[in-house]
Amino acid sequence: MLTIKNLQAKIGDKEILKGINLKVKAGEVHAIMGPNGSGKSTLASVLSGREEYEVTGGEVDFEGKNLLELEPEERAREGIFMAFQYPVEIPGVSTINFMKTALNQIRDHRGQPPLDAVSFLQLMKEKMKLVQIDQSLLNRSLNEGFSGGEKKRNEIFQMAMLEPKLSILDETDSGLDIDALRIVANGVNALRSKNNATIVVTHYQRLLDYIVPDFVHVLYKGRIVKSGGKELALELEAKGYDWIKTEAALAE
Amino acid sequence: MSVTSASPLSKDALVALPATATDAWTEQRAQARQALLKNGLPAARSEEYRFTPVLRSLEKKFSPRQLAGYSEGTSLPALDAHLIPGFDAYRLVFINGAFDATRSTDLSGIPGITIQPLFNDRPMLNLADVEADAFTALNTGFGTHGLAIEVAPGTRLAKPLLVWHGQKSDSPAAFHTRLQIKLGAASEATLVEKFDTEGSGDVFHTFVEEIEVGEQAKLQYCKIQNDAGQVTQIANTVIRQADSSRIDTFTFTFDGKLVRNNFQIVIDGENCESHFFGLYLVKGNTLVDNHTVVDHKKPNSFSNEMYKGVMDGQSKGVFNGKIFVRPHAQKTNAFQSNRNILLSDTATVNTKPQLEIWADDVKCSHGCTSGQLDEEAMFYLQSRGISKSAARAMLLYAFAGEVIQPLFDETLKHYIDQLVSQKLH
Repeated sequence: MLTIKNLQAKIGDKEILKGINLKVKAGEVHAIMGPNGSGKSTLASVLSGREEYEVTGGEVDFEGKNLLELEPEERAREGIFMAFQYPVEIPGVSTINFMKTALNQIRDHRGQPPLDAVSFLQLMKEKMKLVQIDQSLLNRSLNEGFSGGEKKRNEIFQMAMLEPKLSILDETDSGLDIDALRIVANGVNALRSKNNATIVVTHYQRLLDYIVPDFVHVLYKGRIVKSGGKELALELEAKGYDWIKTEAALAE
Repeated sequence: MSVTSASPLSKDALVALPATATDAWTEQRAQARQALLKNGLPAARSEEYRFTPVLRSLEKKFSPRQLAGYSEGTSLPALDAHLIPGFDAYRLVFINGAFDATRSTDLSGIPGITIQPLFNDRPMLNLADVEADAFTALNTGFGTHGLAIEVAPGTRLAKPLLVWHGQKSDSPAAFHTRLQIKLGAASEATLVEKFDTEGSGDVFHTFVEEIEVGEQAKLQYCKIQNDAGQVTQIANTVIRQADSSRIDTFTFTFDGKLVRNNFQIVIDGENCESHFFGLYLVKGNTLVDNHTVVDHKKPNSFSNEMYKGVMDGQSKGVFNGKIFVRPHAQKTNAFQSNRNILLSDTATVNTKPQLEIWADDVKCSHGCTSGQLDEEAMFYLQSRGISKSAARAMLLYAFAGEVIQPLFDETLKHYIDQLVSQKLH
């Protein structure tokens, strides 16, 4: 589904990604872990098309398309979804209106007619249950005045509505208490299928207790320095990141 | 010694202004002409017109005589095309600067409202000061068309009043129109003013309106300025509020070459409430200047002002918001905000709050911002599959919506909504 080859990117003069290689197949969950500043969020941002980052080398293939050539909205229409670490508050735009516009633009891209009001509401009700989000929240301005947990639940709600092929969860666990974490993880798990894939970007192992990955990759100084199964996450939890740093230093 | 060529509209040149008319307003007209000769038109260094080079805009096309003169326009503007669909109102039509009774609703049978040609009698109100603004002076000195509207105490008008100013000229033309409106105690009225101009000529329009809102009276007011690109309009509005009255005003500006709104609210009563909103959404070379004054003269009143601007192309926005709280106006609550979004590198805005507070037990706040569209918000919307243009329109519409949502009439709101979304797409 997704093939990243030797991806390099910088912001301003600062090189952040220094050659990332990663292959994600349908049905898989990959966790990207690593200490602060290792480039985890940059990778998520580059994949979703954030403009501040300049890609200086490498390739990203998504379902046969050169992802790096696509605008953010085109990536979304092709089936990429990023759950933001810091969801943006947008006064005056309700989540419902926003989702209706987004969903219909994606449907239009797929050659489907827009959803009528009734079907849209039905779909919404169904997806709301998944993340236990209340409709009154969705009638309000997007994320405005939402608690940290509500914002993250809203992200997963949007993910459920748009049914992406590849979801990238960027530090979705940050700022969540254990109950909210469980709700968010349950939502993500319910959406898992053999046709879609998930990349979970996280600093802590905690989230991976709930969203169990097939693969764990450790990012350090802009490179994937170690890959393994879910047990790698447990090892990191137990030993911290220092041994990774030492190993990486020795390798250099 | 440097020699600067004097403007054809300099103070000295104004002696060429024609004599003022002899009618019921003879005295006021003479005073106005004197004020003009004494003060001149606002030159580039004028503090009140610092960012609004009105003289420069006029001097190329108008002599003093033309500036004062009433012109007929070259043909009739298309009234129907400019009406607000589905908006049921008592219609008062000014065509090319003159009141047109045949195109207006006959209000003679409607109880509680009287309408008279303004200059038949001595002034019913004396709120606009000829010393305060040169264009009030010009209008007072030389305007010959206007209406005096009186709403009797206790009357609640069944329909809004729609005052339409339609102009069409293919050559330079000057129009001066004026309204005086008196809302009796405990009366209620809605006033919608709409300005549309057709034709290729440079049009100069001064508009003066004086409105007195009696005790416990309510005024809902909406001004829609959608004049074509070559119009210079200077509007001077003074609204005086008596005890326990309430006003809700909306000023929408969508087009024009240069639009200056001097908008003054005199809260000359206790327990008054005043809400006033403004939206200017312009592009090209349009300049919109809103100079507002809220003058709290008495205690225990509330005023809230919110003006917003979206500027594209090389357009310019100016906002100057004065709030006066006089020494006796204790327990005043006065709030003001002005927010602007600039969509291009060549658009500019100058915004200045000016609070002068002499009373000590008051709550006042103000805030102004100007900036670009929030890029993080744009990216968020795009990352969900929404096109750049749709995302931009969504954000701008949401920004403008805060000023449109409180509008008092659903049909009007729908109309403004559509105008705004047309302008945004």
